[in-house]
Amino acid sequence: MATTALHPAVPAYRSGLYEWITTTDHKKIGILYVVNSLLFFFLAGLLALGVRAELAQPKIQFFAPDVYNQLFTMHGTVMIFLFIIPILAGFANYVVPLQIGAPDMAFPRINALSFWMLPLGGILMFTGFFTGGAAAEGWTGYSPLAQRAYSGTGTDLWAVGLILIGTSSILGAVNFLTTIFKMRAPGLTMFRLPILVWTVLVTSVLVLMATPVFTSALIMLFIDRNYGGHFFDPATGGNAILWQNVFWFYSHPAVYVMVLPAMGMVSEILPVFSRKPLFGYKAFVFATAGIGALGFSVWAHHMFTTGSVFLPFFSLMTFLIAVPTGVKMFNWVATLFRGQLIFSTPMLFALGFLTMFLIGGINGAFSAAVPVDFALHDTYWVVAHLHYVLFGGSVFGMFAGLYYWFPKMTGRLLDETLGKIHFVLMFVGFNLTFFPMHMLGLMGMPRRVADYSAAAGWSELNLLATIGGFTIATSMLPFLWNVMISLRNGEPAGDDPWEANTLEWATSSPPPPYNFDHLPEIRSERPLFDLRHGRAGNHA
Amino acid sequence: MTADSHALTTEHSLVAGLAHDQRGGISNPVLGMLLFITSEVMFFAGLFGAYFTVRASTRPWPPADNPHFNLHEDPWKAAILTVILVTSSFTCQLGIWAIRRDDRRGLVRGIAVTLVLGIAFLLGQAYDYSQLGFGLTDGTFGTTFFTLTGFHGAHVLGGTIMLSVILYRALAGQFTARHHDAVEATSLYWHFVDVVWVALFSTLYIL
Repeated sequence: MATTALHPAVPAYRSGLYEWITTTDHKKIGILYVVNSLLFFFLAGLLALGVRAELAQPKIQFFAPDVYNQLFTMHGTVMIFLFIIPILAGFANYVVPLQIGAPDMAFPRINALSFWMLPLGGILMFTGFFTGGAAAEGWTGYSPLAQRAYSGTGTDLWAVGLILIGTSSILGAVNFLTTIFKMRAPGLTMFRLPILVWTVLVTSVLVLMATPVFTSALIMLFIDRNYGGHFFDPATGGNAILWQNVFWFYSHPAVYVMVLPAMGMVSEILPVFSRKPLFGYKAFVFATAGIGALGFSVWAHHMFTTGSVFLPFFSLMTFLIAVPTGVKMFNWVATLFRGQLIFSTPMLFALGFLTMFLIGGINGAFSAAVPVDFALHDTYWVVAHLHYVLFGGSVFGMFAGLYYWFPKMTGRLLDETLGKIHFVLMFVGFNLTFFPMHMLGLMGMPRRVADYSAAAGWSELNLLATIGGFTIATSMLPFLWNVMISLRNGEPAGDDPWEANTLEWATSSPPPPYNFDHLPEIRSERPLFDLRHGRAGNHA
Repeated sequence: MTADSHALTTEHSLVAGLAHDQRGGISNPVLGMLLFITSEVMFFAGLFGAYFTVRASTRPWPPADNPHFNLHEDPWKAAILTVILVTSSFTCQLGIWAIRRDDRRGLVRGIAVTLVLGIAFLLGQAYDYSQLGFGLTDGTFGTTFFTLTGFHGAHVLGGTIMLSVILYRALAGQFTARHHDAVEATSLYWHFVDVVWVALFSTLYIL
C-alpha cells in the first residue's frame, strides 16, 4: 500500500539490447548502420560467390538459369541499396555531427526511423527466396521482364523493399542537410567544413532530388503488376523505355551517392597520413558540387542502344562529368606529393581507392563514346567498369574509413598486421576478379548469362575471375578476426591516434552522449591542427 | 516550441549550451519540412513525367475508345474541387497570420475551416471518381489519371491528418507567437498539396 503520494522515480535501467533498439544517439545509429550494412555485404557477397562458382566453367554446374538470375539480381540490388549506400550513410551519421561540433543530428528520432527501415526492407527482399523465387530481372528491373507475366511475388517484395529503403534515404538526406545547415559550431563557416561534410551535403541533395523519382517508378511498377496498370508494358499500350528513363534518373545519380562520401572519407584520410593539408580545398568543393549538378544530366548514357535517346547531348555531358572527377584526382595526387607518407592500413585502402577508382573512371570514359558503347553495351566490360567504380572506389574507400574511424567508434585500434593482410588479399583478389572482365567484354561475353560455350575461349579468364572472387571472400576472414580480437584486446586508441585534423578527434574515444564538453576555437578547416601547432602552420 | 516537440529535435534540449542551432533564420523543423517538400516535388515530377511521356506517344489524346476520357467537356466538378482546395490554402494562411500575432482563437478558426475544406475536397473527389465512368485499368489514360489524382488524394489525406493534430494541439493551447514551428511546417505542406492539385487540374482537365 502506497504511503507516499509521490512515487520516487525508479532509476531507469535499460538492458544493452533495449538501449540499442531504442537509441536516438547518432553515434549508436551510425554503428547500427555500419553493422547492418556489413551483414548484407556478406550475404550479397555469398550470392556473388554463387555467380562466380557457376561461371568458373562452361555449362551449368550448380544453379539452374532461373536461380542464377535471382543470384545476380539480388547480388546487385543488395550490394547497392543495402550495403554501399547505407554504410556510407552510417559513417556520415557517425562522423558528420562530430565533425561540425554538434550534439546530435537535427532530428534524432527520424534518424532512428531511417535506420530501422533498412533491415525491414532487406528482410522483405530476401523473403522473396521463400515465395517461389526472388526478383530475377536484374537489379535494373527492366520491363517487360519485371511484369507479372515473367516474374512472381519476389519482384513485388523487391519493389516494396526498395521503396522502404528509398524513404529511409530521403529522410536521412533531410536530416543531414538540416544538420549541416543549422547545427555547425561557432566559427565553422561553410568553407571551413571538413571535406567529408561537403561530400555528404552534395550527396544528400542528390538523394533528395533523385530518390523520389525512383520511388514513383517503383510505385508505377507495383500498380502495373498488381492493379492492372499500363505504364511500362508495351503489350497493353505502356512504354518500356519510360521505366528506363525514370529508373536511371535515380540510378545514375545513385552512383555519385555511392562514391561521393567515399571520396570525402579518402579526402579526410590522405591529408592526415601525408602530414599535409588537402591540396586545393575550394577546387575540391566546387568539383563535388559540379559532379552533383552534372550528375542529373547523364542518366540516359545507360540507354544509348535503345535508339530513343538524344545521343550527342548525353555523350557530351558524360564526358564533361569526367572533368570535376579529374580535378579531384589532381587534388589527391598533389596532396600526396612530397608528403611524409605513413602507410597505415587506412592509408593503404585510401591509395587502393585512388588507383582503382582511376581505372574505373578511365574504362567508363570508353562507354561515354557512343560508337564504342554500342559495341560494349551489356558485355562484361560494363561489369568490369561498374565494379572498378563501386568496389574499387566505394568499397576500398569504405574500408579506409572503417580502419580510420574504428578507433573513434570503439576506443580501440585495429591490428595493423591483420589490416595489411586484409588489404593485400582484397587488392589482389579484386584485380584478379574484375580485370579479366575487361578482356571478356571485349571478346563479346554478355553479362547476365549462366552458361557459355567452351569454344568461345572465355573459360580461362572466367576461372581466373572466380579464383579472384574467392580471394576477396578470403580477405574478409582476417578483417573479421581483426575486428573481433581488437574489440576485446585492441590497443587503446586515445582521443586522437592519427594526429588528425577534424573535430571528431577532439573528444574522447568513443565520444560521450552529446559529444563535446567544450570545443576548440575554429579558424580553419583543420581546427585540431591549429590547436596543436597554433596558427603558424595554417596555410590559409 | 512545446513540450512534445522538445523531444523531436535537439534544438531546445538541455545540451543547448553546446547546440549552436540558434543561428537565427529558419528553424530546424521548417527547414526539414521544406527539404521534405522538395523530395515530394520530385516524386510528383516522376509521375508527371510518366504522364507526359504516355500522352506524347498516344494519338489522339485523350484516346477515342472511351467517351468518358474527354474530361475537358465537363471540368466543372473538378473546378469546384479546385476552388475548395485553393480557398483552404488561404484559410490556412489566415491561421498562420493569427498565431504570429499570438491570436490563438484565430489559429483554431483558420485550421478548423482548412480541415473542413480538406475533408470536403476528399469527399468531393471520391464522388468525382464514382461519376467518371472509367477506372485504373482502362488503358494508359485511366492508369495515369488515377495514379496522379490518387497519389495527390493520399497526400491530401496525409495533410488532413496533420491538420487534425495541429487543431488538437491548438485547442490545447500549445502554440504561441514564438513557438509554433509545427503549424508553419504543416501549412507549408498544405500549400504544397494545393499547388500540386492546381498543376493536376490544369494538366488533366484544361491542357
